Amino acid sequence: MKGGVLLKGAILTVGIYLFLKLALPLFTAPLPASLIFIYLALTVTGIVIFATLSGQSTEAFFGPISRFLSGEGQTGAMKTARLLVLVLFPLLVGWQTYSSTAPSDQPPAENRTIHPAPPGEFVGLSNPIPNTPENVMAGKGLFAAFCSPCHGNFDGKGPAARGFSPPPANFVDPGTIAQLQESYVFWRIKNGGVGLPIEGMPWKSAMPRWEVELKDEQIWKIIMGEYDGAHQKPRTWE
Amino acid sequence: MKNHGGHPGLIASLFREQGSLIAGLSLLIALLGFPLAGLAQDAASASAAVAYRDIPQVGGSRNIIWVVAQQHLLLAGFVLGVPIFAWVCEIVGWKSGEKRYDKLAKEFTKLLTSAYATTALFGGILLFLLIGFYPKLMTYLTDIFFPSFVVYCALFLLETVTLYLYWYGWEAMQGGGMKVLHLFLGFLLNVFAFFIMIVPNSWATFQASPVVIAEGSALARAWAATWNPTWWPVNIHRLIANVVLGGFICGAYAGIRYLSATTAEERDHYDWMGYVGNFIGVFGMLPLPFAGYWLMREIYQYNQQMGITLMGGFLSWLFILQAVLIGALFLGANYYFWLGITHRIEGAEAKYRKPIMAMLVILLLCLGVWMTPHSLVASLEEARKMGGTHHPLLGVFGVMSAKMTVVNLMILVTFMSFVIYWRAGKEETATWAKVAKAVMGGVLGLAAIVVIILGVWGYFVPAIVRINYFSVAQVLIVLFVMLTITPLTALLLRSAKTTTEMVWGRMPPRAGYALVMNAVMVILLMTLMGYARSSSRVHWHVYGVMRDSSQYAYSPALGYAAVFMSLNTFVFCLLVSFIFWVATMGDKGKSAEVSGKGKMPAGAVPAMAGGSQKLDGK
Ligand code: HEC
Repeated sequence: MKGGVLLKGAILTVGIYLFLKLALPLFTAPLPASLIFIYLALTVTGIVIFATLSGQSTEAFFGPISRFLSGEGQTGAMKTARLLVLVLFPLLVGWQTYSSTAPSDQPPAENRTIHPAPPGEFVGLSNPIPNTPENVMAGKGLFAAFCSPCHGNFDGKGPAARGFSPPPANFVDPGTIAQLQESYVFWRIKNGGVGLPIEGMPWKSAMPRWEVELKDEQIWKIIMGEYDGAHQKPRTWE
Repeated sequence: MKNHGGHPGLIASLFREQGSLIAGLSLLIALLGFPLAGLAQDAASASAAVAYRDIPQVGGSRNIIWVVAQQHLLLAGFVLGVPIFAWVCEIVGWKSGEKRYDKLAKEFTKLLTSAYATTALFGGILLFLLIGFYPKLMTYLTDIFFPSFVVYCALFLLETVTLYLYWYGWEAMQGGGMKVLHLFLGFLLNVFAFFIMIVPNSWATFQASPVVIAEGSALARAWAATWNPTWWPVNIHRLIANVVLGGFICGAYAGIRYLSATTAEERDHYDWMGYVGNFIGVFGMLPLPFAGYWLMREIYQYNQQMGITLMGGFLSWLFILQAVLIGALFLGANYYFWLGITHRIEGAEAKYRKPIMAMLVILLLCLGVWMTPHSLVASLEEARKMGGTHHPLLGVFGVMSAKMTVVNLMILVTFMSFVIYWRAGKEETATWAKVAKAVMGGVLGLAAIVVIILGVWGYFVPAIVRINYFSVAQVLIVLFVMLTITPLTALLLRSAKTTTEMVWGRMPPRAGYALVMNAVMVILLMTLMGYARSSSRVHWHVYGVMRDSSQYAYSPALGYAAVFMSLNTFVFCLLVSFIFWVATMGDKGKSAEVSGKGKMPAGAVPAMAGGSQKLDGK
C-alpha cells in the first residue's frame, strides 16, 4: 500500500468535513465553524497518531509529502503541481490571515455566559408554595398568559420568539432549567435580562423583568408549572 | 552515580547544599519573622494602617504574586509528588532484588533533592511578597492560623532533615537492616511531605470557603478554620495531581535524556525511565477526574454562587480549555503506550494494529463529545441558524451526563492500552487462559455498555439522582473493571511464556517528544486550574469575609489570564530544566571521562541531532 495511509487519511478528513458541513445540516441546524474546527483537528490528530505508530507507516505517511515538497527527480505535471503548491499555500495562509483580521461588518463571535452566578440574596431560596395540582395548574395558566408569547409551549418557540437574539430559552432542552435550582430560576424571572451581571451581557437579553408585574407568589407558581410542563425537575442538592 | 567525582559535580553539589541551606534559612527567618510582623502591625495598627503595597513598575502586585505563587506551587507539587513513587520504586527494587529499580528510585530522589531548595526559595519569596503587598490580609490570616504556622515550620525542619538523610544516606544504607531503616526514612519523608502539603492547603482553602468562629482559644479557631469544607477535597485532588505532575515531569526528563543519549546503555535506561514516568502519570490521571468531580461538588454545596461562577459562569470557559488539555494528555499518554507496543516488542505491530486503531477511534469519538462545549462559540448568523448558542442536536453533548460518560470510557480505553502493552509479547500457557480472556473481554464490554446506558439515562432523571447514583455508579464500574482485570492479568502472566522480549532503547525520537509534550500539558493544566481556583473567589480575599479593596479587585480577561498561564508554564519549564541541568552536571562529567577512555560508539549522535537510526542498530 504505497502512500495508502496518506491517501486514506486525506480522504477521511475531507469526508468528515463534507459530512459535518453538508450532510449534517440536512437533518439539523448547521454546526458553527468553531465546532467543525475542533472535530477536524481531532481527526487530523488521530490520523497522524495512527500513521506514526511504526517506522514503516511513518515513512509511508510523510515520505510522499517530503518527496513531493523536495522535488527530487520530479518531471512534468508533478513539477508544476509542486510549484503550484509552493506558491498557492503561502497565498492561502496569507488570505486566511487577512480575512480573519480584516475589519468586517459581521459582529464578532460572542461568548455570552448563559448561566452566570446569581446575586447572594437569591441563593438557597426554596419554593414556599406547596406543590399541589391546583398550584401547578395556576402556574401553567400564568405561564400561558405571560410567558408563552416568547417561550411558546415551554419549547422556546413562541410567536414572538423569532425576533430575539439570544432566543427565548427552551425549557425542554436539558441545558436550561433542568440544570438550575428553583432559586436561580426565581432570580431570572424576577430580575430578567437587565438583572444579569455583565458577563451575561444584560444588554442583549429580551427576557423581561417581571418583579413589577408579578407577585413573588405568582412567580413561584409559574416555576412549578414551568417544570411540570417541560417535564423537567429542578436541581436539588439533597 | 556519585556527584563528587568531577569538578562540575563538586560545584553542583556545593551549589545544592548551599542553595538549600540558604533557602531553608531564609524561609525559617521569614516564617519566624512573620508572626512578629503581625504583632508589630497590631501594636501600631492605629498609625500604620497600610492595607496594600504595590510595585506597579514591574507589573503590579497581583501579577507578581501570580507568577511567584504559581512557580512555588508547581515546584512544590513536583517535590511532594516524586517522593511517593521514588519510595514505591525503592520498595519494588528491594522486594524484587532488581537493582535497576533502586537506581531509578535514586535518580528520582536526585531530581527531588535539587528541586527542593528552589521550592523553599520560592516559598520564601512568596511569603515576603505577600507580607509586603497584602499586610492587612496577612495580619488577618496570621491571627487565625498562627498555631499552624508553627506546625508548618516544625514540619519543614523535619522534612529537610529526613530528605538529607534519605538522599545522602542512600549508598551507605544499602545492606540488610540498614536498607529497612532507609525505607522507613522514605516513609517518613512522605508523611512529612503530606502534612507540608495539607497545612498550606488549609490556608488557601480557607480563603475560598472560610469557617470563622469568633470565640475559643487560638488553637480552636485555627482548627475550625483548617477543617473548612473544601480542605479535604483539595488535599486529595492535589495529592493525586502531584503524583501525575511528578510522573510526567520525570518522564519528560527521561525523554530529554533519551533524546540526547549517546550510548546504548543510556538509551536503554532512559527509555525505561520514560516508560515508568509515563506509567505513573497515567496511573495518577485515572482517578483524577473523580477527585475533581468531588471537589466541584463540595464547592457547589458550600456556596452555589461560587460553583456557578466556576462551572456555568464566566470561568466556565476555562473548563473548555481544560477539556482540550486533558484530551491532549489522554492522546499523548496512549500514543506513548502504543509506540511502546510497536517499537519495543518485535513483531507486535501487525498483531496490534487493529486493536490500536479501534482504541484510537473510540478515544477520538469520546474526545469529540468531551470537547463539545455546552454553549458554543458562534457568530451571530450561526447562532441564529442554531436557534441560540446550544446546538439542537450536539447541545446534548455539553452537559455533565455526557462528559462523565466519555471520561469514564476514555479511562477504560487508556487502561486497556496499558493491559495490552503489558500482555504484548507473551503467550499465556495456563489452561484457563481462554476462559480468563473471555471473562475479561466480557467484563470490559459489559462495563462500557452499562456506563453508556447510565449516561444516556442520566438525561431523563433529576439532577440529584444522576449526581448521587448514576455518576457514582459509573465510577464504581470503572474501578471494578480495573480491580478485576489487573489481578487476573497478573495471574495469567505469571505462567505465561515470553515469546518476544521487550527491547529497550528502540523508541523513535517522537516518543521522547511525546513525553515532553505530556509534561507541558500537565503544567499548563495546573496553571489553568490554579487560575480557576483563585479567581473563583472573585473580589474577595477571604470569600464573604474580607473584601479585596485593592485596585486589582477585578477578574482579568480570559485572554490576559491565558498569557499568564503560558508565561508560568514557560518559566517553570526553564526553571526545571536549569535545576536538572545543574543536578546532572556531575553525571555528564563522569560519563565523558569514561567514554573518553573507552571508544565512542561510531556515529553516536544523539537522537535530538537526528542520530537515532544509527543507535537503533538496524
Ligand atoms: C419578550 C420575550 C420573553 C418573555 C415574554 C419571557 N421571556 Fe423568558 N427569556 C426570554 C429570552 C430572550 C431569554 C434568553 C435570554 C436570557 O437568558 O436572559 C429568556 C430566558 C428565560 C429564563 C432563563 C433560562 C436559562 O436557562 O437561563 C427563564 C427561567 C425564563 N426566561 C422564564 C420566563 C418566564 C417564567 C416568563 C413569563 C413570566 C418569561 N420568561 C417571559 C424572553 C422572554
